[in-house]
This record gives sequence, C-alpha cells and structure tokens, in this order.
Amino acid sequence: MQAPAPRLELSAISKAYPSVVANDAIDLCVLPGEIHAVLGENGAGKSTLMKIICGIVKPDAGSIRWNGSVVKIANPAQARALGIGMVFQHFSLFETLTVAENIELALGPRGDKAGLDGRIEDLSGRYGLPLDPRRHIYSMSAGERQRVEIVRCLLQEPTLLILDEPTSVLTPQAAAKFFETLRRLAAEGCSILYISHKLDEIQTLCTRATVLRAGRVTAVCDPRQETPASLAKMMIGAELPHPHHRAATSRGDGGLGVRRLSLAADDPFGTDLVDIELAVRGGEIVGIAGVSGNGQKELLAALSGERRVADAGTIVVNGTPAGRLDPGERRALGLAFVPEDRLGRGAVPEMSLADNTLLTAWRQKLTYRGTIRVGAIRAYASAIIATFNVKASGPEAVARSLSGGNLQKFIVGRETLQGPRAMIAAQPTWGVDVGASAQIRQALIDLRDDGVAVLVVSEELDELLEICDRIAVMASGRLSASRAAAKSDAETIGQMMSGSFIDADQAQPGACAGGYANAAAPRTIDAP
Amino acid sequence: MRLRLELRPQPSRMMAWVSPLIAAAATLVAGFTLFSLLGKDPLQALQVFFVKPIETRYGIGELLLKASPLMLCAIGLAAGYRANVWNIGAEGQLALGALCGGGLALAFPGTESAWILLPMILAGAAGGAAWAAIPAWLKTRFNANEILTSLMLVYVATLLSSWLVQGPWRDPEGFNFPQSKMLADAALLPTLLSGTRLNAGFLIALAAIALAWLFFARSLVGFQMRVAGLAPAAANYAGISAKRNVWLGMLIGGAAAGVAGVGEAAGPIGQLLPSMSPGYGFAAIIVAFVGRLHPFGIALASLLMSLLYLGGESAQISLGLPSAVTGLFQGTLLFFLLAADVFINFRVGVVPRDAPPTTAAPATALGTRA
Repeated sequence: MQAPAPRLELSAISKAYPSVVANDAIDLCVLPGEIHAVLGENGAGKSTLMKIICGIVKPDAGSIRWNGSVVKIANPAQARALGIGMVFQHFSLFETLTVAENIELALGPRGDKAGLDGRIEDLSGRYGLPLDPRRHIYSMSAGERQRVEIVRCLLQEPTLLILDEPTSVLTPQAAAKFFETLRRLAAEGCSILYISHKLDEIQTLCTRATVLRAGRVTAVCDPRQETPASLAKMMIGAELPHPHHRAATSRGDGGLGVRRLSLAADDPFGTDLVDIELAVRGGEIVGIAGVSGNGQKELLAALSGERRVADAGTIVVNGTPAGRLDPGERRALGLAFVPEDRLGRGAVPEMSLADNTLLTAWRQKLTYRGTIRVGAIRAYASAIIATFNVKASGPEAVARSLSGGNLQKFIVGRETLQGPRAMIAAQPTWGVDVGASAQIRQALIDLRDDGVAVLVVSEELDELLEICDRIAVMASGRLSASRAAAKSDAETIGQMMSGSFIDADQAQPGACAGGYANAAAPRTIDAP
Repeated sequence: MRLRLELRPQPSRMMAWVSPLIAAAATLVAGFTLFSLLGKDPLQALQVFFVKPIETRYGIGELLLKASPLMLCAIGLAAGYRANVWNIGAEGQLALGALCGGGLALAFPGTESAWILLPMILAGAAGGAAWAAIPAWLKTRFNANEILTSLMLVYVATLLSSWLVQGPWRDPEGFNFPQSKMLADAALLPTLLSGTRLNAGFLIALAAIALAWLFFARSLVGFQMRVAGLAPAAANYAGISAKRNVWLGMLIGGAAAGVAGVGEAAGPIGQLLPSMSPGYGFAAIIVAFVGRLHPFGIALASLLMSLLYLGGESAQISLGLPSAVTGLFQGTLLFFLLAADVFINFRVGVVPRDAPPTTAAPATALGTRA
C-alpha cells in the first residue's frame, strides 16, 4: 500500500522583503493527521511562512503542493476553499457582536446560516470548546475569545489548521486541556501546524518539528526524541544562556508599595482593579504572573502615573506617597519603567537613540536650563549602547531601525543607567530573541543585586520562576498574596492564574482568567 | 503591467527634500496647461506670474514684505503642528493682533516716540495669543476639536474687526469708509530698503525663524512637543503633559500670528481695515507644510507663497485673469505636495503582467481584517 500524499508540501519557498530575507528556500512537509511544529525565534520567518500558506503573502519562489497536486494560493479565500484554516495570535473579533454574529460574518454571504447556533453548540461540545453562541465578545476572556476563533475555523471543516502561539492566552492547565482537543482533531485526520517557541509544549504535543532560524530550515526532527537544550540549539544556534543569581539581599528599604488600591477601569472593556496590595522592597524581584487582560495594564498605568489615583497614599515610591504624582514626578523619586510596547511608547520610532534618551533620562544632566546638551545625550546613548551591548550603528541610529531585542536592551539600559530605586518592567522579553532576553533578565537581576526594588509583570511563567524572588498572581483585577518563587512551580501558579485564590464570596462576574479549566461556567469563577 | 506602491524599508531622506521641488514643478506644469486652456500664451503667462513681479528692486521689496507675515504665521503654526495641535485659525489671530497693536497706536495719536512699537508688538502678540487661548481652553477643558473651534473663531474675529472699523473706531474724516484713522508716523515700522515698502517686520520674521529653530532643535520643551506629535503614547509614558502641549502650541501660534497682524497694521496698511490680510493666515498652513514644519523650509516656502501672491496680482493686471488664480495656485501647490509626499514612505514598484490579481479578503475565518 502506498503512503498517502502529504497534506501540504512546500518546496524551496522564498520570500524577500526590502530589508530582510524572511524565508530562504524553505521546505515543509505536513502529513494528514499530523501535529507538526514550526519552531523558531521571533524573526525566524515563521509568520511569513504561515502567511504564504494562507495566501496573504505571495512567495517570490518555490512551489506548494496540496494533497499531492501543485497549487497556487492567490488569496485567503482560496486557501479557505482548499481547507486551510488559521487562528492568529491576535484575534479579529468584533467586541460588540455576539459569538454567532461574528461567526456568521466570517462565513460570508454564501454561508449556511440556518441553524448556526445549533451547529456552533454541537461542534464546540464535540471538541470540548464550550461556547454560548448568544454571548457578546466583550464579556469574554482572552481564552474564550480564542475558542471563538477556533470554532469559527472548525465550522469551515479545515483539513489543515494553523495555530500561532495559541497558549499565550491560556493557563498551563487550560493549555493541557486544549492539547487534548488538538489531539482529537488530529486523530480525525485534520493536520495541525503548531507555531510556538515554547519547547516543552512542542515536546508534549507534536510528533514532528521543522526548526527555522533566520529564514532557513535548520532541522527537521521528532521533538519527543530531543531535549529542550538540543531543540534550543537548533533554534538559536547556541546553548540556552543561564542567568546567575546571588542570594536574596532584600534590604527592606525604599521600594515600591501599593496599599488597598481599587480603581475602576477608564476603558469600557478594561478591568477594574480590586483591593490590590503589593510591596516590593529594595533588593528583590517580585513577579506578577497572569493571563493578559486581567488588570495588568491598569495596574501598570496606576504605578507609572499615567493614571492618577485620588488617594496619594495608595501608591508609595521610595517611601513617598505618589498616587497623585505624574509620571515625571515619580521618576524624580527614583522610579524607572520599561513599558510593554517598545516602539511608539518606550521609544519614538522616528527619533535617534540620542534623542530617545531625552524621553525619560533628561534629568541626568542632559539639559542645561531647558536647552538640550547635544554632546551629553550622544554620550549617554553611547554609554547605553556599550554597557548593554546594543547592536546599533551608533547614537544617531533611528530607533525604528533596531531589532526588537536591541531596542529593548536600549530601553532597559536607558532606565537602568538613571540609577533608579525602583524598576518596573512590563513583559520585558516579549518578542525578544533568546540571546537578548537573557541579557535583559540579567540586567534586572543585577539591579536587584544593587538593592533596587524590581517589579516584573510577565505572561512568561518560566521567566518569572527563573528570575523572581517572590511571585504574585493577577486574575480578574485582583492580586494574590505573593509566594516565594523557590517554593512555587508552574502548576500551582497556573491554578492561581485561573482565579483560584479569590474567595468565593468575593467572586464577581467579569473577565475571568479564561481557562478552559472553568469552562463549564465561564462567567463565574470557581471557588477553590 | 501594473504599477504598485511599495512601502520603503525606511523613509527616504532625499525624497523629503525633493518632494517640495517635484510639487513646485508639477504646479508649474499645471499652470502651463491652465494658461493654455485659458487661451493665453503659457510661456508669457508664466513669465508674468513668476518673473515679472521680482524684476525690480521694488518687486523684491514686495516679495519680502509679503513673505514676512507668512513666515510669522507659518512658524507659529508649525510649533503646534509638530505637537499634533491643529490650529487652523491664524487668520483670526492675525486680525486680533492687528486690532490690539493697532488699537494701542490709535489710542496715542500724538506719539512721537518709536518706542510705542514695542508695546504695540507685545499687545499684538497678546491679542493673538488670547484669541488662540479660546480653542486651547475648549480643547483641554471639554476636549473640543481645535480644528473646528479655531477655524470658527476666524469668522468671529473678522466680524469683530469689521464692527470696530465701521463703528467705534471709524475715522470721522474718512468719508464714511470702513477704516480707522491712520496710525501716527512714529507707530509705523521703519522702512528697510529705500524705494520699497519693505519694513522692519521682515527682521522680526527672520528673528522668529531663528528663535523657532533654537526652540525646535535645542530646547527640552520643543523636543517634548515633537514627541507628543510623533508618538503620543511615548509622550504619555514619559509624563509629558498633553494639556501643556495644547496650550503651548496654540499660544505660540496665536502670538506669532498676532505679531504678523501688527506688522500689517503698522506696515503696508498703516491703519485698521475690516480685513487686514488677503488670507495670510490660511496660506501659512500651506507654507508650514511645504516648509516641512522646519524653520528654514518655512522661510523658503514663505518666499514661494509670497511670489504666488505677487504673481496673481501681476496676472490680474497684465493678463486680465481673475484674482482666484492666486488661490488656485496655492491649492494646486498643496495638492501636489501632499501627493509627492507619498514617495517619502513609498516607492513605485512594477507588478508583472502574469501575476494573479490580489483580491482583498473580507473579515474572514482566516482572521485578516485587511
């Protein structure tokens, strides 16, 4: 008996953009019913490759075979007609519409709308993705929204499902449950392309992996036969760097404190903060874990001063009540802040690195009576570039021209060189390559060793477990008590991420942590 | 074969400078076509429009004279535009400046000291700034769109000047013309070039250009305003007050336009009229953008715009063309500039003929919203 033709076979696919070769002669072969991982760092070319498969981007060269015959995928509609479905990392749902309405829109004018509600319920029940078709999107958590995206995809009966970093919005428990759904789909013959940089997930889920680095395929392997170290080596071409710690040196002075902070969201789709208590002392790193959208953004705005609170004593920076101070005044107290968005928030894309130092560091004698000291800002930028190993053409390089990792190192450097007493870093290594991530984590650890109070808000649980002294968890706008990182593991933290630490009598409807774990009653939070 | 616009990996610096030249050239071509269609000899018409006005020493004086208020208004507007503060009302702020500065001079009809010019200029700046403060306050207090409020206040200002010169400030010996008395000789800006009407207002405008360069390039506040314009989220993150930017942007624009108004009252006009400007405040918006919101660019663009004014007058006289031809050239210039600006961020690529057509996907299960 002959082996079945591959569901999808790419040969020598290339795509060059004006500044970078995103894909260089990439081969990829996905068999029917296979869960195939595409592994690679940010910028390795994964997204471009997926866009080519979906017909969003046309390759410069190479050919695509679908079930054995050569096809040209000219546009997304054609990809869909072939049976290719993709769930993107960033959702495209209309918040003010219901689940059914969103799905109906996607089916287009030719879609069969009769009995849609029933079909949604039917399909979501079959795959363990419970959904109420009549619910509005805005009331749903990120995890639930992802379910809508997946069900929307499945309704079109794809034979190849592409998932881009699907677990970034899930707790570890929810992810495990989600994997069962994927295995079930695969068992029914649907091929799955699973894009991720999380090695452990790929090892548990996937039977084959194609590893990309800098636009090329560096390996095709069975991830179950590999170790995380060997996979990492294929992915980054070097061993995974490990940060070195000193013992906790908490000095108990200065730092950052939040006392009973409750704050209504100013965005109708935001999360209200409820009774937040937090203390970060000098010489320790405290991490805040949690699925995005559970109040992290609101808490960070309140801490940085972008949102003021009425009671000054609610937020304390370096011993001074700071709730009513603006971001500049808080910086003067010794607060530094690395925001989540690098380009456009942490740095002005069109400006040079030298000019970008002025954004927050002008108090470091970079101005004289309101005039800019041009030599000083160049020297400051050069110092950051040298100290933090930023790859840039020099202080006059435009911020936009730097890679994500290098710009992040520059921003971390700019904040660090100001000699802060307290440092807040939001998703410090999000979208940053492994090498730069290690350097950024090391910079945060070095700050802690120098007696600075460091607060890290991150979705990457592994990162928090690696660098933090204590970890607290955020869910539904509440913050758990912190626990020693050394005595924590992904499992317990993951459970807390679904809101298990919130007392039953406090439970409120609203954005729950979006786990598949509490999927049966999505609008309430299960009591522990 | 089709043409397609492709995003450049980074904006072209060369195109940023070349684009105004392309726009100027395209404007000339459009003018050439227009004159041909009107049955005029296009070469002669262009000569009348662009060369004849500046063939004489007097013409050069006029060129610089008309460039001065344009420079002042445009540089003030640029300060706001750099911070995303869209002051469209320089014309009204200019009128208020003329009323305040000119009004002060009218209050001292017998003055013999040229020192009166200083308080006049200050009063003009204050008047323009005060007029601009209204949209600034409405913006910061009620989040009212400053484009609309500043524009609407232009008409209020025009009606206010009209009422003053037809009512309380009308010259009793002026044969009932809607005009004030002439300003005292000491209250007029001194002439710079004999045989021309060019006055010290030009020096004020040049000083404003230099000052603006210092402010934009070397001051922390100027830097912070630019951050607010380029990346509002970064300004928020850095703690740069958005309200302060609105106030500064509006007040600088208002004050500069107000000084331009004094320059008209104490310069070529010498008295107060219902309308003190042939649309300098609006033309300055074009000047600011043609000049790339950069002081030196604005200085050059003011000269070009001034030439368009003079050419329009010359064309009216020599060719019997309607006065609308000036506005037409201004509009054409801005139109071509905005079109040419596309090439700063994009370049033209060629799509081979055999490539399949790209169809935009609807919001689909593939998740593209594009």
